[in-house]
Amino acid sequence: MSEAEEIPLWEVFIRPRNGLAHRHCGSLHAADAEMALQAARDVYTRRGEGLSVWVIPSAQIVASDPQDRDALFDPADDKIYRHPSFYNIPDDVGHM
Amino acid sequence: MYSQGLIGSGEQTTETPEFLAAFQARIDADEKIEPNDPMPTAYRKTLIRQIGQHAHSEIVGMLPEGNWITRAPTLRRKAALLAKVQDEGGHGLYLYSAAETLGISRKQMTEELVSGKAKYSSIFNYPTQTWADIGAIGWLVDGAAIMNQVPLCRCSYGPYARAMIRVCKEESFHQRQGYEIMLKLAEGSPAQKEMAQDALNRWWWPSLMMFGPPDGESEHSDQSTRWKIKRFTNDELRQKFVAATVPQAQRLGLSLPDPALAWNEVEERYDYGEIDWDEFWAVVKGHGPLNKARVAARKKAWEEGAWVREAALAHAKKRAARQTAAIAAE
Repeated sequence: MSEAEEIPLWEVFIRPRNGLAHRHCGSLHAADAEMALQAARDVYTRRGEGLSVWVIPSAQIVASDPQDRDALFDPADDKIYRHPSFYNIPDDVGHM
Repeated sequence: MYSQGLIGSGEQTTETPEFLAAFQARIDADEKIEPNDPMPTAYRKTLIRQIGQHAHSEIVGMLPEGNWITRAPTLRRKAALLAKVQDEGGHGLYLYSAAETLGISRKQMTEELVSGKAKYSSIFNYPTQTWADIGAIGWLVDGAAIMNQVPLCRCSYGPYARAMIRVCKEESFHQRQGYEIMLKLAEGSPAQKEMAQDALNRWWWPSLMMFGPPDGESEHSDQSTRWKIKRFTNDELRQKFVAATVPQAQRLGLSLPDPALAWNEVEERYDYGEIDWDEFWAVVKGHGPLNKARVAARKKAWEEGAWVREAALAHAKKRAARQTAAIAAE
């Protein structure tokens, strides 16, 4: 290891119990996938927080840029016809 | 555990008034700031410094308690203390990760700690002389930490707030295990009770100092409060801590080592004696009983672990190269 080299960063995702999705809970440094899994177990599940752990190299995550937020997400704002409340249904029809 | 009120940050920012106003508007609307969001340089630097100091405090905080793991009086106490110290290590890691989202590397933070440049909570520069000190630390030091950390769960910076939620969930066991140790000693033989009182005498004032300098002297509080990094002033938190701790000490049958401590009917708060701020600043500046030993211990661990980090990376590379070669051969 050259002195400048950092041990890679991993993102940790935990499924608290079956039926729920894996959820991001933090990150850690580990040399390889196996050590990342072990470290994730030690760091993030000391009190029965999970039944399943995913670790993903942080460098592999492709993220949207917050600066592009408006361009990406604004188009959804004016499409109110995508929401059920846009449609007028008389009360006597009952719950729909 | 906890890092005391931020020490040594007077960050300047160079953004335009429009940028700063837009940022402040987001904060005022209680929006959380996330890692890649635009933020003022001073906000970033203040957080790097605060979260870094906090992380270092967790890691250095393992040392005074680690000192008693092999000498815990029973297996039950030993298992609990081991779990607590492991938690502190975990808390340090959550916090280092949160700081890294702001653009500082783990390596840089570690180097700042082992070079003695980085600050950490000064309370960990005091020695743990007896088993009762482990009780006093859990009860008082973790108790003070909880007072401070609960409001940090609502901090404006998302990753810090999320790390603090995890930390706070785990800390309440720490305080309870400490108080239970004190309770057992206080109910024990006169010598045991005396040991508990002695530990309380030594840890009380440093615990009050954990909240940082008095409000008038804490130069960074105002900006941190506007940015919702800090939700209460140092003195407000200190007062809450005193109010919570006084009845707990009474229940133990121990006395707090402050003759001036009294309930103030008019102000509806506790008055307490003058805190020795000269001692506080001396310890912050490196002249506490164990500053040098604490940093030396971290430096030794970092340097003596270098070959492990090196070997792990070399092994990972070798395995990856073998895998690539195997795929190429197919």
